[in-house]
Amino acid sequence: MTEDLSRIRNFAIVAHIDHGKSTLADRLIQMCGGLPEREMKEQVLDTMEIERERGITIKAQTVRLAYKAKDGQTYQLNLMDTPGHVDFTYEVSRSLAACEGSILLVDATQGVEAQTLANAYLAVEAGHEIVPVLNKIDLPAAEPGRAREQIAEVVGLDVSGAIEISAKTGQGVDRVLEALVKRLPPPTGDVHAPLKALLVDSWYDSYLGVMILVRVKDGIVKRGMKIRMMATGATHQVEQVGYFTPKPQQTDALGSGEIGFITAAIKTVADTDVGDTITEDRRAAAVPLPGFKPSVPVVWCGLFPVDAGAFEDLRDSLAKLHLNDASFHYEPESSAALGLGFRCGFLGLLHLEIIQQRLEREFDLDLVTTAPSVVYRVRTTDGGVKELHNPVDMPDPVKIASIEEPWINATIIVPDEFLGAVLALCTERRGRQIELTYVGGRAMARYRLPLNEVVFDFYDRLKSVSRGYASFDYELAGYEESDLVNVSILVNSEPVDALAFIVHRSHAESRGRVICEKLKDLIPRQLFKIAIQAAIGGRIIARTTVGALRKDVTAKCYGGDVTRKRKLLEKQKKGKKRMRQFGNVEIPQSAFLVALKTGE
Amino acid sequence: MPVSAPDIAAASTAPEAGARDPGFGIYVHWPFCVSLCPYCDFNSHVAERVDHQRWRAALTTELAHFRDRTRDNVVTSVFFGGGTPSLMQPETVARVIDAVRTGWHSAPDLEITLEANPSSAEAAKFRALRDAGVNRLSLGVQSFDDAALRFLGRRHSAAEAKRAIAVAAENFPRFSFDLIYGLPGQTADDWKQQLREALELAGGHLSCYQLTIESGTPFHKGGVEAADEATGATLYDVTQEALSAAGLALYEISNHARPGHECRHNVSGWRGSNYLGVGPGAHSRLTEAGRAEASHRILKPQRWLAKVEATGHGTAKTMALSTQARIEELVMTGLRLSEGISRRRFARLTGRELEGVLDKGGLKRMTDGGFVASDDIGLRATPKGRLCLNAVLGQLLAQG
Repeated sequence: MTEDLSRIRNFAIVAHIDHGKSTLADRLIQMCGGLPEREMKEQVLDTMEIERERGITIKAQTVRLAYKAKDGQTYQLNLMDTPGHVDFTYEVSRSLAACEGSILLVDATQGVEAQTLANAYLAVEAGHEIVPVLNKIDLPAAEPGRAREQIAEVVGLDVSGAIEISAKTGQGVDRVLEALVKRLPPPTGDVHAPLKALLVDSWYDSYLGVMILVRVKDGIVKRGMKIRMMATGATHQVEQVGYFTPKPQQTDALGSGEIGFITAAIKTVADTDVGDTITEDRRAAAVPLPGFKPSVPVVWCGLFPVDAGAFEDLRDSLAKLHLNDASFHYEPESSAALGLGFRCGFLGLLHLEIIQQRLEREFDLDLVTTAPSVVYRVRTTDGGVKELHNPVDMPDPVKIASIEEPWINATIIVPDEFLGAVLALCTERRGRQIELTYVGGRAMARYRLPLNEVVFDFYDRLKSVSRGYASFDYELAGYEESDLVNVSILVNSEPVDALAFIVHRSHAESRGRVICEKLKDLIPRQLFKIAIQAAIGGRIIARTTVGALRKDVTAKCYGGDVTRKRKLLEKQKKGKKRMRQFGNVEIPQSAFLVALKTGE
Repeated sequence: MPVSAPDIAAASTAPEAGARDPGFGIYVHWPFCVSLCPYCDFNSHVAERVDHQRWRAALTTELAHFRDRTRDNVVTSVFFGGGTPSLMQPETVARVIDAVRTGWHSAPDLEITLEANPSSAEAAKFRALRDAGVNRLSLGVQSFDDAALRFLGRRHSAAEAKRAIAVAAENFPRFSFDLIYGLPGQTADDWKQQLREALELAGGHLSCYQLTIESGTPFHKGGVEAADEATGATLYDVTQEALSAAGLALYEISNHARPGHECRHNVSGWRGSNYLGVGPGAHSRLTEAGRAEASHRILKPQRWLAKVEATGHGTAKTMALSTQARIEELVMTGLRLSEGISRRRFARLTGRELEGVLDKGGLKRMTDGGFVASDDIGLRATPKGRLCLNAVLGQLLAQG
């Protein structure tokens, strides 16, 4: 524990995805001798397979570095690695609250992107001292001058002290370390005051149990201390205190200004409120630190096992994942078309995708996801308000007074040549332009967009219309009343619950038609013709028909054919267990699964 | 529909057709052909030389092997299938028939069918085959169009086939020939023309099969495509129209006959009666001590032959048939017949009520949809149901 706060620096690196944040972190660890050379692997901070693969960080991670500065002093540098994706904006701001300064890292070959901007603003809001750093200057395509200009003009930061580096080769990284010491303020706090520590994040470690990442503001937390969570009132005995190098390293105590972890025999992550203030039970602080509101899921969908027998596995796997990530919600859902599954809420589409992939990969589950839905606010005629994220729960239309949908403020940065296509996409998705500015060959468009248009393949379309050059970030921006309708998909006049969706009236028909056409191709022909319809209430807005089978009979059936045919029939029967009866026809579950899987 | 057939009770399509039900058939497989046809997936082989003496001995040896456990049955039919059984020496055919007649009690109207190629060479043997005891001939004509015959890999010409039919008609009281439809590019008019030519020569029986591309055949490997569903349905309808007008009523999916000319051997099998199969790859359905079992012989001719010579039989595999499997087979084959499944026979063979074993929902949907019809006598597929029988069976046999 360091009692001299002037030799502590707490900082974060904020950047757009793929601008080299993890590589810089690796280099900083290496230059401060945090890990022996043989244990260095790319992006040591991203521990999960999927995180490493996709170059994104979900959980906040920290590493303590011992840096011997040019002034001869050794400083304790606490690097807070922050999530780098739009879905986790809120998590970023939480992590930033634990630091006094930030490195704003910009890829000099790319320039300022949407998340550069969003994250820089978050750092400014957190009151951080910001050191702009231009990365990848070793590459021929690097244009540090242009990147500086964009930082100055778009972000509005002083770039006179910007440092040009190559995190990959290590060039200029020493100057970053020096700047951290020279330019960032040390933390403030009173080591003798009652304990006040911010609960930054928590996760489940299979060896150590629930680990809590804390930033101590005042006082000291030490092993054996009885602590109290100020929001929940729960008390725990501290078992271990430590910090990361990035390997967990035990110590006796963490003092004012320091960042580290504690364990306290806490059973599940859900028992720890991120943003809570931890104090000493015996000598409690009077006033907690400003907290965070809990992050709420904004995107919901149904997750169903392709194999109905895997429901239990799915339940256990979700419970395991939830140990580590309390930000996603799940509750059992029963679908007539897809069987038993879970309704799950996520911080955003990427979050959804990550959880889904982890379930499939780490737990070997084959899953199908229903169309993502946002959270609607339905006002009923009796004056009630209902939050709804599953089209199945939509009240009877006659009881609905109005429906509100969530909107976002989106920032899109895109090279000029693709601007037209991007604007057209935003307009098509009911967007309203707020601002359009041009800086050095690129445009920054700010749009107000309904979130439900964004969860419906917006990223993919944005990427395709801009050939991957557009960057995107958003923040939630309240609810607005809207002309929304619940579209049901009917097979032989019976609704397929899993395919229902809520959509703006202007898009209902085209979306309905797409699904009808898709089902038409997926549903095998049967003895009876099958009507596939999209409907709003009782009104049919799109329809297709699967014609009846005309001929399906084996020409020859002698001797050995009988055995063969019976075996075939047995196979059919097994397949039937996956069938759902719709009137007089049976539709294989796989048709719905594929309809949901293939997307647009 | 039940057809009254006073002449030969056992062959009648009427479900409750007298004492010879159940029948008992004996199938004899002759695996050799002069050449292989590209559509055929039967157990057929081309051999340089066949030792007829050894084969004659082996077939009768295997018959003798099964005699003891099946001798309580009255044999109602013998069927020489292949391969090309018309390549058998008449002497072999005679010895096999003799073995049946001396080994078992046989019905006075014992039907003895032999499959034959309509080539000139084989037509010359028809007389001798009749003298050997064959009383029904089934000719693999397939088409009256020379180009189609070449496509199908047949060695005979249309003219040869017509002459062979005439020879068959002179020698056999009952005869049939096969035609294949749904060849690539074949139109309804083409097929009508084929049927017109067939009807000029037909006796009491005709088999019309839609060309099916079986996996593993040269047609399959060569990417030949079967007629699409709509064409198949149209050609099937054309067949029904032409043949029923000519008095050759449909009695099974692909088989038409004048009353009394149905193939008793096949009808008996489709009704669920037992049969014994000898020769390479032949299948049996036998009941031993009240338990049903299915078995088949070794497929490869030389291996079968060696096995029979060593051990007296060439059985490759015997499996017990569960009641459920029996039920499924009975429903599967019974609904292929126009007469349908007889309630009484079904109960006798399985000990169960027909309606009780079928999927309730499926039966109701199929009945309401007009795919099956039932009455006191039994359950049968309607013409519309017959055309989609695979799907109908899927509905009726959903349970179990």
